[in-house]
Amino acid sequence: MIKANQKLDIRKLLEDLENYEPKRRGWVWRQKTPQKIGPFNYCEVSPSLKNYQPLPSARHLNNIDPQPEMVITTEIASGRFEDDIRRMRMAAYHGADHIMVIRTAGQSHIDGLLEGTPQGVGGVPITRKQLRAQRKALDIIEEEVGRPINYHSYVSGVAGPEIAVLFVEEGVNGAHQDPQYNVLYRNINSLRSFVDAAESKKIMAYGGLAQIDGAHNANATARDAWKVMPELLVQHAINTRMSERVGIPADLICLSTVPPAAPPSPDLKINLPYALALRDFFDNYKMRAQMNTKYMDSSTREATVTHVLNLLISRLTSADIQSTITPDEGRNVPWHVYNIEALDTAKQALVGMDDLKAMLEFKKDSELFKTKREIKERAVLMLEEIIAMGGYFEAVEAGMFVDSGNYPERVGDGIKRKIAGGISSDTIIKRDSKYLAPVTAHYGYNNVSQYSNTSDPATLIGGSTFEKRAKIQYIDELDETDNVYLRLAEKEDYRSGHLLKPEVEWLADGVVMVDLFFPTDINTAEAAALEVGKKMNLTNVEVIHKETMHPSEGIRIQLKGVVNFDIDLRKLKVVEKEENLSEEEITNYLKKHHLKIIAGTGGNDEHSVGMREILDIKHGGLEKYGIEFNYLGTSVPIEKFIDAAIEENANVVLISLIISHDDIHYKNMQKLHNYAIEKGVREKLILVAGGTQVTPELAQKYGMDQGFGRGTTGTDIASFLVKRLKEKNES
Amino acid sequence: MKARKDDFEKRRKELAKLTDEELKTYFFKLTDQLLDPIMELAYNYTSPSIERSVLLRMGFSSLEAKVITEKLKDANLLSYGAGHVVYLYAKKVKKEIIEAGRLLAKGEGIALMKEVFEND
Repeated sequence: MIKANQKLDIRKLLEDLENYEPKRRGWVWRQKTPQKIGPFNYCEVSPSLKNYQPLPSARHLNNIDPQPEMVITTEIASGRFEDDIRRMRMAAYHGADHIMVIRTAGQSHIDGLLEGTPQGVGGVPITRKQLRAQRKALDIIEEEVGRPINYHSYVSGVAGPEIAVLFVEEGVNGAHQDPQYNVLYRNINSLRSFVDAAESKKIMAYGGLAQIDGAHNANATARDAWKVMPELLVQHAINTRMSERVGIPADLICLSTVPPAAPPSPDLKINLPYALALRDFFDNYKMRAQMNTKYMDSSTREATVTHVLNLLISRLTSADIQSTITPDEGRNVPWHVYNIEALDTAKQALVGMDDLKAMLEFKKDSELFKTKREIKERAVLMLEEIIAMGGYFEAVEAGMFVDSGNYPERVGDGIKRKIAGGISSDTIIKRDSKYLAPVTAHYGYNNVSQYSNTSDPATLIGGSTFEKRAKIQYIDELDETDNVYLRLAEKEDYRSGHLLKPEVEWLADGVVMVDLFFPTDINTAEAAALEVGKKMNLTNVEVIHKETMHPSEGIRIQLKGVVNFDIDLRKLKVVEKEENLSEEEITNYLKKHHLKIIAGTGGNDEHSVGMREILDIKHGGLEKYGIEFNYLGTSVPIEKFIDAAIEENANVVLISLIISHDDIHYKNMQKLHNYAIEKGVREKLILVAGGTQVTPELAQKYGMDQGFGRGTTGTDIASFLVKRLKEKNES
Repeated sequence: MKARKDDFEKRRKELAKLTDEELKTYFFKLTDQLLDPIMELAYNYTSPSIERSVLLRMGFSSLEAKVITEKLKDANLLSYGAGHVVYLYAKKVKKEIIEAGRLLAKGEGIALMKEVFEND
């Protein structure tokens, strides 16, 4: 198993890919397992991970990391799949078990499959090699975190059935599949889209892939997203029932639902009745709750709040998959850190709202239930009219869908697609009575009986690739000028050499963000920001966010730019952090050896919180090891620490020095050290200083045995003291 | 569609009588009714992508599947199934499936298969 301190070797990953076989097929749900984690009882959680990165505040709670019961999604696709693999590993550590890969722009209009590993735009070109490499990486990562990871992409466009085959062969576990998406947003011929969809769904059913529909795109497209709610129910129904009739089991049919409204509209008042109506009608199926993007601007803070409200809807109703949208999607192709922020937002909010429904009850005779019923009735009326119009294709041609009116209201701005029009029109072919497809998972008319009385068409050819994997042909690269090896070579010094550079999405992209405030108006601030970027020697400087604090008093600007220097790791001084002793080692040693501490905040300094955290048992401080101490309080004269130590036969002085103005904290350390020498006890004492502005190197320079900065725990100190004591006793 | 005002109250009169459960049943009954002709269409039609996906499952590479499908489409043979043509051609010339398909990709045997299917 790969170790946490070991990087995934991308070159090694690409070796022997032609023979790699994915570990499994099909989708995996999390298991809901109510349990006690740390001191708390959780109801809506699943088994914890083997290796993980908990929320920042978990530091105070013994690093527990409860995992919600929902599958959690992140979308990763920067254009370079090899860089995305690193992000996938980070995402898995933060709780993602559903990794979606967005396709490169335009792939849905390519009539056939792509091969090799060309670079993408706004997504990655989905190819056999790219899928296999990423699935192989995820097979390693899922072993590392101890939970299956579902890999996901899109079965749409004009090559849906082929992509579906590829997905089954390469161990992809879930996919978007919804012919309505093709028709409405990709302008692919409607008849072709539905004919292809049946085959795609049949293949996905065979492979056990979870299917996500495309209905949520309607509220991202319609002018007033919340008015398309009746239509959303209709779109969900069309894809859901079609899938079920083709053979996808209900528990793998997931409705992609997004709360249509976002603040400053009254979010819950609009989104909750809709969410309930949807779950009333579709309680047999799974819910994939996605976050709202329609009203997303460049503020990551605002997006995060909207997304937390979306998570509240998930907890108030239900979700089987909780998808996350990166809060920077409104300003750039998502950066590494924002995938992680979005995942942490979901984990934090869902765990925080554990078992919310058990504490609440909806009022049945309320506007909430009236509105819920109304949405459902409007959806039924819409279906009635579509049938009256002659059917789905005729209704699309007339512009019934994605109209901004709240059905039956019509504004007349719906998307219109001609039955005989669109991309790949006139490409479906009527099957002859002799039609045959000698393969597994084929939908529709298939005259096998003309050759055999078998019920399994693939037996005619001795098994298809689904049964006989060896029949799959692997193509490596087709383009010598655009492939992963060239990209790897270009950045090799940063991957395996001695160079380091900041990055946001691609290795050594050099992009940094600068957060600025200017006490002026918005136009001046923007111009000034660009100038700041230039003066900081950044290139490609671009303002990615601006926000008015006050029209004339102040503007906040976030800009991005590229740094044009490297960090040379051979010249970089890195402070090696020591590993702490185990609690058992500390306790055992202290049972046999004398340790008494004099503690307090030194000089004219009234801060007490930090030192109390280090000492108090309730904060996991030194008290829990049974260490004896005398806390002198705050603003303690420096001399008093040494005098008290002598008087009480203590062997450790812990001094907290928070105020750092004019380096007073270091001056006080020197003073403590000097006074101990003067009193002839320096050899006998261990002097330790702590504080938010204290660094170990400088503390040692000013006479301390050790210094501790921000984030120190009682265990860090106890471990250090025991080690130091051992050294002293042994010398 | 032409713009029109919201006349929900007028249209809902019949639906108002239904219970929540009846409304749901009716919703899916309508959905199935809407889907019947679509399912029928998908059952009886194929497409170049479907045919390429069949060839992939028979062991052809994406490049081969593309060329074979194009050749058979030009010869109006896709209605019999691309996999079918390859399967039958392999039997006729007593070759492995992949080998037979590669010959068809080069244009060999197309005329023969046209004769076999169309004069049968």
